[in-house]
Order: sequence, then C-alpha cells, then structure tokens
Amino acid sequence: MSILTAKRERVRAAEWKMTPGKFLEYFFMYLFAAVCLIPLIWMVRTAFIPKEFELKLFKIAAPTIANFKSIWDQAPWISYYANTIFVVGSVLIMQYITITMAGYAFARLDFYGKNTLFMLFLTQIMIAADVLILPNYKTISAMGLANTLIGTAMPFFASAMGTFLMRQTIKTIPYELEEAARIDGCNLFQIIVKIYLPLLVPCFIAHGLIAASYQWNNFLWPLITINSVNKRLLTVGLAIFAQQAEIGAAWTDTCAATFLTVAPLLLVFLFFQKRFIESFAHSGIK
Amino acid sequence: MSTITRTASVNNGLSRARRKKLRTTRLALFLLLPSLIFLALFTFYPIAYSIYMSLFKNNQATYRTGPVYIGLENYIRLFTKDKIFAQSFKNNIIVAIVTVPTSIALAISMALFANKVKKFKGLVRVSFFYPTLLPMVAVANIWLFIYTPMYGLLGFINPNWRFLTNPNTVLWALIVMLIWKQAGYVMVFFISGLQNINPELYEAAHIDGANSRQIFWKITWPMLMPTTLYVMIITMTNAFKLVDHLYIMTKGGPGNSSNMLLFYVYQTAFDRSNTGYASAMTVVIIALLLVLTAVQFFTQDKRTHYA
Repeated sequence: MSILTAKRERVRAAEWKMTPGKFLEYFFMYLFAAVCLIPLIWMVRTAFIPKEFELKLFKIAAPTIANFKSIWDQAPWISYYANTIFVVGSVLIMQYITITMAGYAFARLDFYGKNTLFMLFLTQIMIAADVLILPNYKTISAMGLANTLIGTAMPFFASAMGTFLMRQTIKTIPYELEEAARIDGCNLFQIIVKIYLPLLVPCFIAHGLIAASYQWNNFLWPLITINSVNKRLLTVGLAIFAQQAEIGAAWTDTCAATFLTVAPLLLVFLFFQKRFIESFAHSGIK
Repeated sequence: MSTITRTASVNNGLSRARRKKLRTTRLALFLLLPSLIFLALFTFYPIAYSIYMSLFKNNQATYRTGPVYIGLENYIRLFTKDKIFAQSFKNNIIVAIVTVPTSIALAISMALFANKVKKFKGLVRVSFFYPTLLPMVAVANIWLFIYTPMYGLLGFINPNWRFLTNPNTVLWALIVMLIWKQAGYVMVFFISGLQNINPELYEAAHIDGANSRQIFWKITWPMLMPTTLYVMIITMTNAFKLVDHLYIMTKGGPGNSSNMLLFYVYQTAFDRSNTGYASAMTVVIIALLLVLTAVQFFTQDKRTHYA
C-alpha cells in the first residue's frame, strides 16, 4: 500500500517536471491565448481612444467616452437594448414553460407514440430555424406578425435541446418525491411547481445562458423580420450602423457601437465564467 | 365457468392497463401540445412548404399571375446553370472540410492546456472561450479592421495585403476568422470529455513508463473519440449556418468568391424576391443537413472507444 502511494507520488512528481518539450508547449499555448485576446483588446481600446489616434496602433492615450457620445445620437441605442431584452426575455419565458412540460412528459410518462414524438422533436435539432428563414418569414407575415418583436421571437418558443436537457435532469430526480407529494394530495401542476421547479433551477440557469446568448447574437432572422428602425435588435442596429460608418471609416464609432452590443453578455460571462463554460459543455450531452 | 371468469378478468385487466395508458397518453399530449404547436408552425410546416414552393416559379415576373407550377425546373437550373450556386456549394464544402478538423485539433490542444495549466487558468479559459459569446456581426466588424489594408492590424505588418478583396484569398481569410470564433466553443466539449477520463489510466501509463506522445495517442485520443464524433456533426451543421459575417465583410464577394448557400438563399429570397428558386435552395440545405444527421445516426454504434 505505502509502496504504491510512494510510487504514485513519484509519478505525480515526474508529471510536473519541466522538460524542453513541455516548456515549448506552455510557451506557445500562452502566446496563443494572448493572440486570441488581441481582437477584443483592440476593440475595447479603439472604443475608448480619442478619434485622432484611431489609426495609431501603439499610441497610448487617456480613455474617453467621446466616441459613445458621438454614436449615441446616430441611432436609438436604448430602443435596440429594450427590443433585444424583450426578445431574449420572451423566448426564455416561453421556452421555460414549453420545455418543462415536454421534458416532464418524456421523462416520467409512458404513452403511445412516445418514440415517434421524440423523433419529431429531434427534427428541430437537425434542421434549425436558422436555415428556414424564408418559409418562416412567410408564416409570420401570414399571421400578421411581420415587423413585430413577438413575431421575431416566436419561432424559438419551442426548444428540442432544452426539452432533452429537462428530460435528462428530471430522470435523475427520485420518483419517490413525486409519489410522496401525490399521497399528500398534490395534483400534477402542484407537483411540477413545488417538487420539480426548485430542483430544476440549475438546469434553468444552464439552458438560460445558452438560449439567451443565442438570441442576443442572432442576426439574419431579425434582419429579415424587422423593418422599422425603432424595432431593430442590437445586432441588426450594429450591422446597419457599421455599414454607414464604413464610408467614413470611423473605426472609433464602429468599435464603440460594437462595445455596446457585446458588453452586457461579456460582463455576465466574466462574472459567471465557470457556470457559462459548464452550461455550454452540458448542452452537448445527449 | 371458472375459466371463463378468469379470462374475463384477464381481459378486464388488460383493458384496464390499456385504458390507463390511454389516459396517460392524453396527459402527455396535453403537456407536449405547446411545444408541438411551435414545432409544427416553425419546423415541420416550413420544411413541407419549402418542398412544395420549390416546384413553382414565383418571382417578380409571376407577380400578377401568382406562382406557376414548373416541376423540377428550379432544381435543374440550380445544378446545371447556376454558377453562383455551384460556387456557394463549393465554398460551403471547403469551409466545412477545412474548419472542422482544424477547429477540433486546435480545440483539443486548448482543452489539454486549459485543463492542466496552473498560472492564469481563468484568463486562459476566458481568452479561448470569449469569441463564442460575441455576435458574428461584432466579430465581423473587428476582423474587417484586422484585414483592412494599410491601416488594419495586418496592414501594419504588410500594407499591401488585401485578403478580402482578392477572390483567391477571401474565403481563406474568412476561414481563419471562423476557426478563431469556433475553436473555443469546441474546446468546451473536450474539457468535459477530458474530465470524464479515469485518472487511473494515466497513472497506470506513467507506471508502465509511457511517454506523453504514447499517452495521448493510446489513452486520450481514443477516450475522446465519442466527443470528437459528436463535435464533428455540430461543427459540420454549423458550417451551413455561419453566414452573418458575409453581410458585414464581403456580401459574398468579390464576385461571389466568398458566398455561402444560406446567404445566397437570403439574397435570392429577400433582395431579388425569387421565392420559388430560394425554396429549392432551402430544400437542398435541408437535404444536406439530413444526410449529415443520417451519417451520425448510423456511425453512432460504431464509435471507437474503450468503455
């Protein structure tokens, strides 16, 4: 026993010895990590640098918010934020309802056609709404929801990914809890709300982070659905702003606008870094 | 007499079980209904609608008469006459073939490093992962500057590099950006894949005197195989969806040398109002995605891993 432990210790020590190969690996990977950060650092720097230095890469100057002041009047950024938050919020609320109900059915109930319905849900993962922009636009136009935020959000109200995540998680919750509640006279609605919802909170957070960042970053679909300036989402507003700015080549303005678009999500990410990465990893487990 | 009663009671029991299952089915359908409504409206119906509309001529020329049935003519034109479609199709394949293995190789080394590094662990993970969280249009703005001749980041190294305006280099310049954007996302799957490998395997290998190359190829790589196959399918299907950057950076140009299928659908349907033709292209994309999923479905059982 002690011999084995000693051997393990020696092996551990050997693992941490710096060899030339290892040194090179560490050197290049640190370098690579630094290179990966350059686009972000440059964007943030340019957003805060005085306009006259925008093309001087190594110029150091006191940060200024003049660029933000200059773009503030050129587009309705507050509306962009509000619209984006509205779409992200309504997608999240609707998905939480639909995926909890469907996830419970797939996890706990034995019913006719279960496998067929499961396959039908899979279709959404295979053929995502991203590629169905044309027919979906026809559908929301026919419903009179073209150029509305709710029409922009609606194709995402059901989520097969989320349903499967809920199903997996509900399966790990002991069935005895549900039985006990049933004996105490709870109906299904009470069981879901009182027993399952509190236990599903980590799952909701994980799914919420993924769904929210997907919606926050979505572009082609809201570009198609929205025509009025005041109903645009952040990404669309940014893209159209950048197209105009391109003519004047005002990098400081483009970067300030880009910063406005990415800052909320990046801030949330920096605070919940570990949770974010774990959530994205779990989205891949089927 | 007694046999008859028993049969009756068995029958009764069977039908009771069946009746119970029927009741459960009703409950299940009620629970699934909200999801099914939205899936029907925005997944099943649009697939059927695309297939149906792809058989019609429906563009500005047929604006007065309404859609005209033309059979498979849209498809024949797509595959025999349309050079832009051929170019976009080819670009899609190139992007998939190049970005998928490169992202995976890069992601594995990033995951191995992010897993074992001690100093600046958080910063390393953030710098690998943050591109995933940026919207593609923001990434496109940033990289547009990187590639700007004279004044951009690369222009600083060589002011004459014009990667985005040269039809021979534009796709490759975009591929570099796509790999940078995607590798961190792929890395996350490998980090969790690595954490699922039993550490005793590594200890045993060390005791047997294996070197690090042997350890990677004999333990890590085969144990990661299920993750790798899964990631391959995700990144392959993603290759069809990643088109937002074209709107900002090239509009598919110069001369469609960087166009992609989905962006061509967008241009055909919304810039040129040729919905019949765009529907046919949508059907082609759907078919390609189905083929990819079928490949995954049939290789699933043959996944090479030691478990």
